[in-house]
Amino acid sequence: MCLGVPGRVIEIDGLLATVDFWGVRRQVRLDVVDEPVAAGDYVLNHVGFAIRRIHESEIETTLALYEQLLREADEDDLMAADVRGEVEASAKRRDKKGQ
Amino acid sequence: MSAPSREAQARQLRFRDPAEARALAARIAQLTEQIGRDPVAVMHVCGSHEQAIARFGLRAVFPKALDVIMGPGCPVCVTDVPEIDEALALAEAGVRVATYGDILRVRGSSRSLADAKAAGARVEVVYSVTQAVELARASEGPLVFFATGFETTAVATAAALLAGTPPNFSVLSAHKYIPPAMEIVAEMPDTRVEGFLAAGHAATITGARVFEAFAARHRLPVVVAGFEPLDVLAGLARLLELVRDGRAEVANMYPRCVTREGNRVAQEQLWRVFRPMGGCWRGIAHVPNGNLRLRDEWAHVDARRRFDIDLAPLRADAPSGLLRQCRCGDIRAGLARPSDCALFGRACTADAPVGACMVSSEGTCRIWAQYGGHPDLETEAQQ
Repeated sequence: MCLGVPGRVIEIDGLLATVDFWGVRRQVRLDVVDEPVAAGDYVLNHVGFAIRRIHESEIETTLALYEQLLREADEDDLMAADVRGEVEASAKRRDKKGQ
Repeated sequence: MSAPSREAQARQLRFRDPAEARALAARIAQLTEQIGRDPVAVMHVCGSHEQAIARFGLRAVFPKALDVIMGPGCPVCVTDVPEIDEALALAEAGVRVATYGDILRVRGSSRSLADAKAAGARVEVVYSVTQAVELARASEGPLVFFATGFETTAVATAAALLAGTPPNFSVLSAHKYIPPAMEIVAEMPDTRVEGFLAAGHAATITGARVFEAFAARHRLPVVVAGFEPLDVLAGLARLLELVRDGRAEVANMYPRCVTREGNRVAQEQLWRVFRPMGGCWRGIAHVPNGNLRLRDEWAHVDARRRFDIDLAPLRADAPSGLLRQCRCGDIRAGLARPSDCALFGRACTADAPVGACMVSSEGTCRIWAQYGGHPDLETEAQQ
């Protein structure tokens, strides 16, 4: 629960962003992020909410841990399971608007 | 459950820039020697830090005199028995309860929400508060979101309430605020902790500044660190420098995510919905301002005010003998290691946990059970 996960913003509709997490598209809420977010930006997400916009120069370093975790981890890996849980926390993408 | 071999852990350690990792490990050894005490004890307060330390086998490169202790950094583990009993009482009274999966198997005074679910109570696992709100929207009866987690997670609960929830939705808040718990640990008479490693993503919200008064008051350094193996090593090296020099300062070693001010939008939403209140943390103590409770303006969504929660029937059941032997409290306060507990790996396993520390993926005991705990590569190599 301490570990937020990064994802890339695909599009924005009001306070709802469609975010790509390693090929999985989910919806993330933008209520608490403190900087303007645009398509193409990376955001750090926790329990379905973006908590920070990740700056361009920091993206590669920020992604490294997660890429390695998801590449190598077995089913029982606790850290990888927490990362997958964070992705699950983002709402499944729907075509219709609304909550 | 397959714990990676120690060789595999050592390989993983080298996964990112081995030269830099080795240099940092050497620096940590040098600083520990310069400090000259045995042990030099520092504490981190984040389950994800413990996961990174155990998963990447970092303890194998720490010098023997350096003790890196996990403090009260697992939100599920510090959720107190009466808080779980409140959720249980609601579920057993027929109210639909939604909560994060980690808390499900943690026992209250007599049983867990998973036990209640197995017995027919309507307990739903959600990954986010938004999913709980959607469950309430899609149903008629009352739904209570049992809200656990530190300030990072409480921000999401606050934002969901501010965005508007249906009338059948309420919150039972067991949210906790980490900075006051650090105060308690620093003040414990038995404490050996000489500095703190603060959690990167919680500090994303609060900012590194939140630790400044603490550092000054307790004459203890605090370093904010990230979760990459190199982040953890670099954070520890900086912390040991501050310990060696006797500088009670706050250093931010995770500037790519954390600023001094933190996320002000998130802070504003958090404090509009919650107020800090004194309360017990399981196994630790009464922590002044350690619990986040709904403000009076939010009484209409506060499960504690909307429902008459009767805990008497749950408390009537005597606690199990095993639970009395559980040393989770000492482990969370940094006074014992999982291997000091007679139950660890024997009567208490990940499949049949006794204490909360063995339940959560962020609990020290669970992490040690999963990743092999305290690898000692030198001993291994000699055998």
